Amino acid sequence: MSEAVSTERSATNKALDNEPSGFSGKAYAICAGGIIWREALRFLHQRERFVSALVRPLLWLFIFAAGFRQVLGVSIVPPYQTYILYEVYITPGLIGMILLFNGMQSSLSMVYDRETGTMKTLLVSPLPRWYLLVSKLAAGVAVGILQVYVFLAIAWFWDVQPNWIGYLYVLPALILTGLMLGSLGMLLSSLVQQLENFAGIMNFVIFPMYFASSALYPLWRVQESSPLLHTICLFNPFTHAVELVRFALYQQFNLEAFLIVIGCTVFFLGAAIIAYDPARGTIARKKQG
Amino acid sequence: MKNLLVSSAIAGALMLAGTPAFAYKIFVSNERGNDITVLDSENFEVIDTFDVGQRPRGIAVSPDGKSLYVCTSDDDIIKEFSTETYEFIRTLPSGPDPELLVVSPDGTRLYAANEDDNLVTIINLETGARVVEVPVGVEPEGMGISPDGQTVVNTSETTNMAHFIDKDSQQITANVLVDSRPRFAQYKADGSEIWVSAEIGGTVSVIDAESKQIKEKITFEIQGIRSEAIQPVGVRITPDDAKAYVALGPANRVAVVDANTYEVLDYLLVGQRVWQLAFSPDAEHLFTTNGISNDISIVDVSEDEVIKSVQVGQQPWGVAVADVD
Repeated sequence: MSEAVSTERSATNKALDNEPSGFSGKAYAICAGGIIWREALRFLHQRERFVSALVRPLLWLFIFAAGFRQVLGVSIVPPYQTYILYEVYITPGLIGMILLFNGMQSSLSMVYDRETGTMKTLLVSPLPRWYLLVSKLAAGVAVGILQVYVFLAIAWFWDVQPNWIGYLYVLPALILTGLMLGSLGMLLSSLVQQLENFAGIMNFVIFPMYFASSALYPLWRVQESSPLLHTICLFNPFTHAVELVRFALYQQFNLEAFLIVIGCTVFFLGAAIIAYDPARGTIARKKQG
Repeated sequence: MKNLLVSSAIAGALMLAGTPAFAYKIFVSNERGNDITVLDSENFEVIDTFDVGQRPRGIAVSPDGKSLYVCTSDDDIIKEFSTETYEFIRTLPSGPDPELLVVSPDGTRLYAANEDDNLVTIINLETGARVVEVPVGVEPEGMGISPDGQTVVNTSETTNMAHFIDKDSQQITANVLVDSRPRFAQYKADGSEIWVSAEIGGTVSVIDAESKQIKEKITFEIQGIRSEAIQPVGVRITPDDAKAYVALGPANRVAVVDANTYEVLDYLLVGQRVWQLAFSPDAEHLFTTNGISNDISIVDVSEDEVIKSVQVGQQPWGVAVADVD
């Protein structure tokens, strides 16, 4: 049986080696369109997923932030120029939370796709593997951004009202953050074989990433209570993603956060592409095993 | 060559058009720092700091914008400084512990409340001499003056009264009992009402200028803030008498009140222990001193939005604005 699989794999590899050197732009567009359309259909058919993705940050905004309104203490941190309520502070963190969950969830769907066999349909496409993965990633990011804007619209009625230009400025930051978190999820999805295992990884990734960051508390406050935690927060790419979004929402550019987020995106995406490579990646190794 | 001249003229005109309509300076007295912080009106940045004496609190600018009067409470005198060079000009006589002061609209008289001797001192600004001392209630503090300069209102913290002093007779003509620890008195621009804040009472009493009756008592309620922390202090009313702003002390909020319906419209989050307020000459901005957080907050008056907070000296107390155009 394993001999048969091995023969099949080498045949696939040969086919890939012999693949034509270039495809027309139309072929790329059809492929991306198909992947995005599938993701859009999945999104439209899973309204509960959309609602639950919104309920989570809204609960934090309405309940958690209300309790902390007077507790956080008074200090002005950039990009803010004056005192702000905790609701205003936590909003970029909650945007990060939406993108984090969304990135992980779309990767979760990749594990699901692999289990149900839908993944094969995607991967037999003659287009380069990296292109398929990036298209899948882009589709996930688009869904995440839509969720963020709906969240921001609701938050506006909760007195979180940045300047309207901020809503435009934040879009590139959202795309970049979505790509970074989505590619991280993709990399993680390549490491797990079964859906059940993925839940564990989510717990080990999402919660530490979210809590050990500047999403909930400013870093000066974290430093006051624990210098070690402060250092961990600084090494957490999610911290910089949240800061990139926070600055952009107030029409400012945080170069340091931008460079770190873009660097992490390239690293995670590159690693995910290698991991999904049929010849070298972890998927191949798992199959071999 | 001609084109060059035309371009230069256009460029010059554009540069002039870019200059703000009102250039002014903001002066903040720092109670513990014993100095005054000066900020510019363009970027609201600190441009200078100068020493003035012990425990500066109430400050006011002369109507011509040239002089700054400072109550140096622990020196028991009032000092006059130039708003242009910040040079000391002269001392003016007050009683012990002067706290707040007002200058008459014609710039000839200064009225100061002396917290420790229950007197209001009237000073002639032309001669720099004390004219008379008017006995008022215990611990006088707030000082308001009618737009025509005919009536001065003093509030006494312990007697809980607003005392109306006539300019000509230099006597108290009426006393109005208000809520506990009245801190500040402010006339409307049309002279029809006086608003008196009560720190412990947590209210602002609106007194009819003619009948001397309280026609309305404004109360404040902020979600998540205990009522004892809501302590009204400084009050300012816009020149068109449309809106009033009330500093609420340890509640760290400034209340925006509709000055016609007396309805509280909004609460603006500012620094800690917000104390006194002042408008810019064009009334587009309001400045608040925040005593504990050592800064001032700047409010956009048309939007009722706090746009910036700027660090000043130690324990900022009073704020005054000088038009330097």
